Amino acid sequence: MILDSLHVDPATFERQTGWAIKPEGACKGARCVPLPAAITPGGPVDVRALAARLGMPLVRDEVAGLWALGPEAGGRALTAAQAPDFALPDLAGQEFHLGSLRGRKVLLVAWASW
Amino acid sequence: MWQELRSELHPRGLEIVTVALDTGGADAARPWIEAARPAHPSLIDRAHLLDELFGIVNVPSGIWIDEAGMIVRPPETAYPRRPSFLDSPVPTDASPIAQARAAEVRKLRIEPERYIAALCDWVARGAASRFALSDEAVLARSRPRPIGEATAAAHFALGQHLHLAGDGDGAVRHFRAAYRLHPDNWTYKRQAWSLLPAGQEPLDVYGGDWLTDVRKIGAERYYPALDLE
Repeated sequence: MILDSLHVDPATFERQTGWAIKPEGACKGARCVPLPAAITPGGPVDVRALAARLGMPLVRDEVAGLWALGPEAGGRALTAAQAPDFALPDLAGQEFHLGSLRGRKVLLVAWASW
Repeated sequence: MWQELRSELHPRGLEIVTVALDTGGADAARPWIEAARPAHPSLIDRAHLLDELFGIVNVPSGIWIDEAGMIVRPPETAYPRRPSFLDSPVPTDASPIAQARAAEVRKLRIEPERYIAALCDWVARGAASRFALSDEAVLARSRPRPIGEATAAAHFALGQHLHLAGDGDGAVRHFRAAYRLHPDNWTYKRQAWSLLPAGQEPLDVYGGDWLTDVRKIGAERYYPALDLE
């Protein structure tokens, strides 16, 4: 997640990271982590404080004036066997949601042109 | 590449979704997709979202997801058939580098027959297939993500962002950091190498290239052996 400010609205943070800010804490799937004191539900997300709490690295580029927030460290790439839902565009720009295939088996193949 | 298999397995309940991990977006992937004319969803992931979500470190990688949306096999090398590059003759007038590269390519471990047989078994038998893993086995096989690799992901994201913003030097700065922190992530490396302007060599800019890095680990380890037992 690329950031030009360390305070973002909770909806953006959830869309980009999967972590929702709820009264019981920052939650992803069934897992909830208590919020740091700097964050109150309904207010902006203090990214530095929450990143530290969730074990997400925050990298700064001084020249560009940007930060990047990495994924949670210390566990595994998959934190649950439930497939993370995502939406990506096709060639025509039409968004496709993985979740729309619920009820069918899916082989998801990552490839690249390079 | 997957269209033929999809025609065979779609009536039996499988959908294939292909995702191009390409910072260059639709323009980079378009020639391949238009040539393949897939009937299945064929998506563009210019931010390499799938790297982060699933722990993908090379391509092609396949992930199996069942009817309930549960992953039953985490990322592993996925070829639908023996790729032609394994058998293409090397022109006798090819450069020594090209010849050396072709020699390493021939050593790659690619096992499409075993992979597709396992896939067909799962499509036919579902959860009763011995290739469908439990939740615990899926998580146990998922790549560990130490702080260095998580930090590499942040640097890679900045590298892509700066590249797309036209800041080539800034992009290289962060791709180098990603390379240093997560050297066995071929997805990061190969993407970064491909974005260099003509005339710049990966070995000069990043201290590595495909041939050099493959020789370091041994070509037979470039694609790990499939664990289908």
